[in-house]
Amino acid sequence: MIPEIGHFALTLALLLACVQVVLPLWGAARDRTAWMALGRPAAAGQALFVLVAFACLMWSFYANDFSVRYVVQHSNTALPWAYRLAAVWGGHEGSILLWLLILSGWTLAVALFSRHLEFGMLARILGIMGLISIGFLLFILFTSNPFDRLFPAALNGDDLNPQLQDPGLILHPPLLYMGYVGMAVPFGFAMAALLAGKLDAAWARWTRPWATVSWCFLTLGIALGSAWAYYELGWGGWWFWDPVENASLMPWLVGAALLHSLAVTEKRGTFKMWTVLLAIIAFSLSLLGTFLVRSGVLTSVHAFATDPKRGVFILLFLGIVVGGSLLLFALRAAQVGLGGRFATVSRESMLLGNNVLLMVAASAVLLGTLYPLLIDALGMGKLSVGPPYFNAVFVPLMAPALFLMGIGPIARWQRADAGGLARRLRWALAVSLAAALATPWLAGGWSAWTSFGYFLAFWIFASVAVNLGGRLAARPWREWWRVLRVQPGSYYGMLVAHVGMGVLVVGVTTVGSYEIERDVIMRPSETASAAGYVFRLDTISQRPGSNYIADRAVISVFRNEQRIAILTPERRIYTAAQSANPMTEASIDTGLTRDLYVALGDALEGGAWIVRIYVKPFVSWIWGGGILMALGGGLAVLDRRYRRRVAQADGCVAPVAAPPPPSYPDTGAAVPKRVETTA
Amino acid sequence: MKKQAWLPLLVFLVLVGFLAVGLRLDPRDLPSPLIDRPAPQFALPSVDAMDQVRDSGDLRGQVWLLNVWASWCVACRQEHGALMDFAAQESVPLYGLNYKDRHGDAVRWLRERGDPYVDSFFDGEGRVGIDFGVYGVPETFLIDREGRIRYKHAGPLTPELLRDTILPLIGALGA
Repeated sequence: MIPEIGHFALTLALLLACVQVVLPLWGAARDRTAWMALGRPAAAGQALFVLVAFACLMWSFYANDFSVRYVVQHSNTALPWAYRLAAVWGGHEGSILLWLLILSGWTLAVALFSRHLEFGMLARILGIMGLISIGFLLFILFTSNPFDRLFPAALNGDDLNPQLQDPGLILHPPLLYMGYVGMAVPFGFAMAALLAGKLDAAWARWTRPWATVSWCFLTLGIALGSAWAYYELGWGGWWFWDPVENASLMPWLVGAALLHSLAVTEKRGTFKMWTVLLAIIAFSLSLLGTFLVRSGVLTSVHAFATDPKRGVFILLFLGIVVGGSLLLFALRAAQVGLGGRFATVSRESMLLGNNVLLMVAASAVLLGTLYPLLIDALGMGKLSVGPPYFNAVFVPLMAPALFLMGIGPIARWQRADAGGLARRLRWALAVSLAAALATPWLAGGWSAWTSFGYFLAFWIFASVAVNLGGRLAARPWREWWRVLRVQPGSYYGMLVAHVGMGVLVVGVTTVGSYEIERDVIMRPSETASAAGYVFRLDTISQRPGSNYIADRAVISVFRNEQRIAILTPERRIYTAAQSANPMTEASIDTGLTRDLYVALGDALEGGAWIVRIYVKPFVSWIWGGGILMALGGGLAVLDRRYRRRVAQADGCVAPVAAPPPPSYPDTGAAVPKRVETTA
Repeated sequence: MKKQAWLPLLVFLVLVGFLAVGLRLDPRDLPSPLIDRPAPQFALPSVDAMDQVRDSGDLRGQVWLLNVWASWCVACRQEHGALMDFAAQESVPLYGLNYKDRHGDAVRWLRERGDPYVDSFFDGEGRVGIDFGVYGVPETFLIDREGRIRYKHAGPLTPELLRDTILPLIGALGA
């Protein structure tokens, strides 16, 4: 009964979504207030019914209803209840339902918190978002119904993919989808502006917080995913250039470009077409990512569950949404206009440079991700594009973007004085250069790349200091506190996000240059050492878990004869799993300046085990940087000028998530896996 | 300005073209080095009667299908109906290779769901599967009269695939 209620709720949601599209859009075109006014209640009703459907699916999982095919495929009575609930988005159908739930949530948020918007504008935004909702509802109802019954019912389920049985699974997809789907809001704003043929600074001001919040979620989602890969895959890598990861990185890059472009449109009224185009592209890439992950065009050999019908549907939908919006863009671009002019050296030009670099980087990632497909489509054979391509292309594009990050915020709008800029930044340049040359030398291994990485990071820190210092230097020190207090939230948000980028660069550079990896063969009570740490295998024993059996090692870590950590890596066999592949559960002693990472490899003859030992300096800075960037975005959204308006208009700005514990998974998708057994 | 505004749409249409073609290609359709080569020879116990060893050499002189399956494999359940239908058509004999499975589970699986196979070879340790270059289960091989592999499919069979690809191939091989 419950699954049927869920199915029925989805059907009702579809009807309401149709109302939400047709009447407000028509009303906006004909200027009929009553029709436009239907947008809000329709959006609320749709969100309610989607929520009901989602709750029904959750209940089916919680109650172990094995007459529902999707539950059978992704759950098991032995699965702990928290994972049973999270298993709702452990597979294709549920993931798409989560996508839809979040979309209707964002739509509802727009309906509730945008009372200050012009009525026609709001009606158009809700109509456009409803259109996307219709697409996803049809997709669910016709190709991916999670409520399909299995007859006869199964006795037990197949269990959730063991790699997804991790606290990260509970958080990662919702966070990532919040970001992905959130890009639908700026998209809706952009479409509404094109439909109305009107795009002004107020439009940019009201689009900005939505774009920022979704970008923050995307940042946190990606950081969490990277952290999950780091500890779950058992070999300590944090980014794999896997198609699934790339699918989230592309909207992130374009989203970052969009945030900066929106800033220019708001402050200077320029870059209008560019901003609209970026809003379209950011959301298109979110959809494309969904297509790539869900259609099976790029999935790995072992994801057998993909269905070509789904791929055709998503491609059609993608064609209609993106093709339609780009057509509208082409038709209306001239009406929107370009905006003001600016000099070659100005903040606008720096931001334009940043935008172009981010877009080119996103295109490079897109090309690398799709290249195997293109070559295959042209009948030129099968190949795969790996990290060498991405590193070779991505790093040279990001390096100048990071350098501009130091100059841009200090340059004046419209026209900046190149000599003055150079004077203000010469000390920052000198200090960061000297520090970048000295740091690798102190760390014990100099290389040009390491130094270059540090230079970019220090340059960002130093220029942020110059920026803040410049605002203080004009005043006597007694007034500094007051000066700091009157700076707007968006200013601090920018500084914190930029520092976050620098922190990320420090982490990437350090771990890339100085990590130590050792694969050793150990028997109980034997020791191995790495980077001044001594690892002793104390015991190794089998122990049962709730739905798995684990070989669990206890390893003591000593430094200067002192025990500093006890690590317990495991190798688990999930009893209900379809594959007999053991899962490594790495054990990590996390620190601010280094991680001690131990993973258990294969068992050898005579009680010996392969043990992988890594000492990873500053690796946690990678995720720390991501969290700082998201925090920066949060500060920008909390800027006074939105709150002031909020007080008037009885609305509020979407909340920003607290920094989450780490993890990642996607579901039916390719998870990079590497098994190394070098002794 | 007006002309440039059409550029994004143009780029997108080209991309959609490629994606549409890509959708019809199968990323799992890995070219097997074994195509048109002699199929590996093997002798394995039969799932139905574990004390009897069957030799694949005995199947020479006829066209037959080898389907790699296991009771732990979800996708095998998906293709099972298609296999049952195929067996009912009695075009060519369908043999199973029960891959890395437990014998009891395999027998129960066949009893509960129906047995489309003339016989299944029991490959509990997966040695023969390795000879065939099995990537994941299920996989299906079409073997001709001379004992050469003529076609390979990785992933579950569908009625469409059987009808549109495999049956015509079998026809072409003169079975």
